[in-house]
Amino acid sequence: MHVSSRQFKDNARKAVTDDNLRQSLATMKTGFRARRGEAVAALPEFEALREAGRAMKNHTLENLDHYLERFEAKVIESGGHVHWAPDAEAARRAVLGICRAHGAKLVTKGKSMVTEEIELNAFLEKNDIESVETDLGEYIIQLRQEQPSHIIAPAIHVRKSEVADLFREHHAGLPADRPLDEPRALLDEARAVLRERFLSADVGITGANMLVAETGSTVIVTNEGNGDLTQLLPRVHVVVTSIDKVVPTLEDAATVLRLLARSATGQPMATYTTLATGPRREGDPDGPAHFHVVLVDNGRSALLDSPYREVLRCIRCAACINHCPIYGAVGGHAYGSVYPGPIGSVLTPALSSLEDAGSLPNASTLCGRCEAVCPMKIPLPRMLRQWREEEVHRSLTPESARRIMTAWSFAARHPGVYRLGTSLAGRALRFLGGRRGSLRRVPLAGEWTRVRDLPAPEPGEPFMARYKRKKKP
Amino acid sequence: MTSPPPSSAAAGPTVALFVTCLADLFRPTAAFAALRLLERAGCTVTVPPRQTCCGQPAFTNGDRDLARDQAWFMVEALEAELVDYVVAPSGSCASHIRHHYPALLEHDPDMVKRARHLSKKTYELTSFLVDILGWTDVEARLDATVTYHDTCSGLRELGIHDQPRALLAKVAGLDVKELSAPEECCGFGGSFTLKYPEISGRMVTDKAENIEATGADMILGGDMGCLLNIAGMLKRRGSAVQVRHVAEVLAGMTDGPAIGEPSENR
Repeated sequence: MHVSSRQFKDNARKAVTDDNLRQSLATMKTGFRARRGEAVAALPEFEALREAGRAMKNHTLENLDHYLERFEAKVIESGGHVHWAPDAEAARRAVLGICRAHGAKLVTKGKSMVTEEIELNAFLEKNDIESVETDLGEYIIQLRQEQPSHIIAPAIHVRKSEVADLFREHHAGLPADRPLDEPRALLDEARAVLRERFLSADVGITGANMLVAETGSTVIVTNEGNGDLTQLLPRVHVVVTSIDKVVPTLEDAATVLRLLARSATGQPMATYTTLATGPRREGDPDGPAHFHVVLVDNGRSALLDSPYREVLRCIRCAACINHCPIYGAVGGHAYGSVYPGPIGSVLTPALSSLEDAGSLPNASTLCGRCEAVCPMKIPLPRMLRQWREEEVHRSLTPESARRIMTAWSFAARHPGVYRLGTSLAGRALRFLGGRRGSLRRVPLAGEWTRVRDLPAPEPGEPFMARYKRKKKP
Repeated sequence: MTSPPPSSAAAGPTVALFVTCLADLFRPTAAFAALRLLERAGCTVTVPPRQTCCGQPAFTNGDRDLARDQAWFMVEALEAELVDYVVAPSGSCASHIRHHYPALLEHDPDMVKRARHLSKKTYELTSFLVDILGWTDVEARLDATVTYHDTCSGLRELGIHDQPRALLAKVAGLDVKELSAPEECCGFGGSFTLKYPEISGRMVTDKAENIEATGADMILGGDMGCLLNIAGMLKRRGSAVQVRHVAEVLAGMTDGPAIGEPSENR
């Protein structure tokens, strides 16, 4: 997985002053958050469902080998093939092998974060296979040659007018003066262009929101219907997904479905929920002749026996992202990972390295809203802190910061020293605050005063000194 | 060091006030206000003399060893007084003691027991007054329009939302206007402010804009960290909105300068 999270701080600095991005993020905050709130309020058993989802996923993770093997057996039984991919390279090779076996030149793709993670498009292009994204948002960012900035709304950072310009540039042969001001016009044009591709593709690649062990089915959830055309029209359907998507039964899949769309977009159900079980059978009106599932590990099984195990419960609804004030301030690209927001800040160091992505778990106030809205009750703030502990443990934090913390800790355990320190600090800060009552600049904490004042302590000694004096007879 | 609980039968519970490091240094008025409210509510209040900081800075920074040392120190410091409850004018400090001290000290069988005991009897001020004492008998007056910021730890870790509002409703002359995006973090987060000043600045700018949009004269809250952040931004913007700890209004102690205001305004 390509990760450029080392640039997070610089990216974030630029992002907070990007007016276009601010507008896009404001729309996201009001839209997704309000609709989730309404959907949750309308379902009295939502809390019970969260608990059921959590318990079901915990059980599945405890028996992950069993359910994956069961899933595999069922896929084979229904005439499909399963490819186990320990890492991204193996997953890419597996997909390429299938494409080559069928002489594929054109691949259509449903939306899939795992294929973003393993950078499949670039790899296929390098091997002379054209790969076309068919989810509108993914299609837009593919034309822009960008990473998704959000896991369910990949082009949320792009304004409508930019899409119009993009389409004029890329859709040759259409009248240059055609009106593209309305979203409907953009949608119709993308649909017409993509329809051609659906019909001529040799292989359709989708992800999976879930894998059902008891039936060997893969489940996709979309709002555009593009996933269905991707997996039904070409002769070959390849599902590329990760091992943590398996659930034991259809009943369990239903539990996840009831949580998923509500948490994501505030819909009771997404517009299309589609199950695929093996290739077309005798008498089936449609469906692919060949059915493959590529099961990607890419670092996930290593998480099972780690403090980050619970992150494998994630159903990729993006509720944590939609409610994250950090994501809301900087957008998805700043993270330098295909997985942004709280889930990305926990997952990215695990899928790459703490050296590369250590800035992400630090970029949080630990406000707790992500955990509060997570349908799977993943303790994301705890895990963000856990990564920070690992940084300290491995001495990856700046030496100066550790020295300050150690000095503070010594003082905080020696009340005499501490009282002297607070008294002196109070006086110094009050002096520097002067008649303004607050500091425009403060020594040793210039980062604080770069954006805001530091209020000076109120007049007089610290509380403990004043209280002690008051108590004296 | 150890003082016996008061013998007066009529007295309410005994309470140790955990001042918190930020109130101690930056806002003694908030701690005096907490003291006055607890006494008015019938508590016998002591201030354990060796207390310093709960240790959150080390904990959130990932320095678990230092956070453990600090938890150990504070369990002993706060235990020095034999009291029924420990109360802090802060949601995040109270939450840190309640939710993290036992786990931090789990390696020591004796300390973990003491930490659990402390954790169970530690409360944030407004939730202690309302939920534990059932007391809302505020006798304060303030002719002002205020708004209230729900601080993240208080709101999500301790369920503090209605309690400060119930208390503020009893302040004569007070008009409380709700903020838009009330659950949004103000961008404090301790050392986050220093690590990512631009993001923090963006967040507290949004918060300041929402505060100004209410038309309130004053913004109140229950955590000094957030209040210093918000006051610093309002000041930088040249805003006239005052910032105070909610306890100051409830205790009728609003004569002095607001947070970040010069003392000449007195």
